Amino acid sequence: MREKILAVIEKNSRIDIRDLAILLGESETAVANEIADMEKEHIICGYHTLINWDNTSDEKVMALIEVKVTPQRGMGFDKIAERIYQYSEVNAVYLMSGAYDFTVFIEGKTMRQVALFVSEKLSTLDSVLSTATHFVLKKYKDHGTVLVQEVHDERMLITP
Amino acid sequence: MRNPLSDTIVTIEPSGIRKFFDIVSEMKDAISLGVGEPDFDTPWHIREEGIYSLEKGRTFYTSNAGLKELKEEIGRYLRRSCDVDYDPAKEIMVTVGGSEAIDIALRAMLNPGDEVLIPQPSYVSYVPCTVLAGGTPVIVELEEKDQFRLTPQKLKEKITDRTKILILPFPNNPTGAVMRKEDLEAIREVVLEHDLFVLSDEIYCELTYGSERHVSIVSLPEMKERTVLINGFSKSYAMTGWRLGYAAAPHMILEQMLKIHQFAIMCAPTTSQYAAVSALRNGDGDVAMMRESYDQRRRYVLHAFKEMGLECFEPNGAFYAFPSIKRFGMTSDEFATRFLQEEKVAVVPGTAFGACGEGFLRVSYAYSLKSLKEALGRMERFVKRLDGKV
Repeated sequence: MREKILAVIEKNSRIDIRDLAILLGESETAVANEIADMEKEHIICGYHTLINWDNTSDEKVMALIEVKVTPQRGMGFDKIAERIYQYSEVNAVYLMSGAYDFTVFIEGKTMRQVALFVSEKLSTLDSVLSTATHFVLKKYKDHGTVLVQEVHDERMLITP
Repeated sequence: MRNPLSDTIVTIEPSGIRKFFDIVSEMKDAISLGVGEPDFDTPWHIREEGIYSLEKGRTFYTSNAGLKELKEEIGRYLRRSCDVDYDPAKEIMVTVGGSEAIDIALRAMLNPGDEVLIPQPSYVSYVPCTVLAGGTPVIVELEEKDQFRLTPQKLKEKITDRTKILILPFPNNPTGAVMRKEDLEAIREVVLEHDLFVLSDEIYCELTYGSERHVSIVSLPEMKERTVLINGFSKSYAMTGWRLGYAAAPHMILEQMLKIHQFAIMCAPTTSQYAAVSALRNGDGDVAMMRESYDQRRRYVLHAFKEMGLECFEPNGAFYAFPSIKRFGMTSDEFATRFLQEEKVAVVPGTAFGACGEGFLRVSYAYSLKSLKEALGRMERFVKRLDGKV
């Protein structure tokens, strides 16, 4: 049941427990308990809203930063990651395979603000060897949802 | 001027769906539970394969029976889904949708006066195609008490010495009924006893729910040699507009079907054929995802019917529910028309699928949960009004 619950709420976290139970053919209590358990076990870590900021009047800049580090004895990658993810400007941090070590997503009001954060906060960390900043120009698809096109039902109303 | 028309075609009634479609299309802001096709777009890898074939300049005819590559994939698919071996070179052909396959199979097999047993409620084309092929349609009326399954008793009642073909339209549009293995075994005995042929329309074969998967009659002993198996890509892979289906049949029958196809059609659309190769090679995951999604919505619709006091047997296939409206003392046509006029929701009257569909509606659940909620909410309001509760 867990996989099925997750598959549905990953796309629609606002669905009523009641509707969810009907869709899955389970009782409401069973579904509610399962969700509560998954919250406790940190399988479900939050319920966010997918916002296309481009369609608002808010100015927002997002950047992806490639970070190379030297892991230090007794510290490893996790400790360095922690130094990075504690900043509220940082949206996401991933440890990567390949040419660099971390991908860091940063959100700011202006490009200058983001650039300053990188040069003053990120680059100055002891373990950070280098950074490369890429600004996001346009989001086409996010969390599996296409942001740039409206969905229409193209089908005829009645077909055999 | 002389009458330019054929007497046969003039006697054929236009599809009951067509009639209703005309009413619906005059209503501008109507919403619908009336479609007979998936709500998913064709998976991108399949579309891309079609686009790629166009880029490569594959814009010519294929051989009449279809691309060799595609027929081989179909052969592999039939082996893994029905455990039956078909020779792609001699026993498989690619058609313009399942509909063409139905038409040419009947034309290849019928002589004037041969009777075709057509279980109803069922898809709209079996009767006219039989008539156009010179055969005589004999309707077998299925009943809700049998879960709209075909029983050997019902079959036997209609068999005469002119009976030649039995059409097996399962999983069924519009009822959602499926035939279990034991049901097919009972039918098989009657078929063998009376030396009948079977036209098995399995276009919804990937869409069955609950613990039992679809069973094809060709997987039963001695049935492959007397069955024309019809299937296609429209429902399983959400490819209705690509117009692509296929038939698998004994060479002796297929050879003659191929002649009609050769002269009337040439070949199925080339772009669609290339795309379909990718559907069969890489589409299993898509099918599983869509099946699960239909199954969820099926539960939702059935639950909503129950809540509003609308009787409905549990459909285990396709993407339709077939609720009964008998208790309102209206015909299906009246109910559907009033529902459309008063609540602006289109459903298809059961009678569009045969006279014995009277008292039922076909409700498609190939819609987003949001659309279903809205439409079923209006249905509940309508039903309450009929019940005098509002």
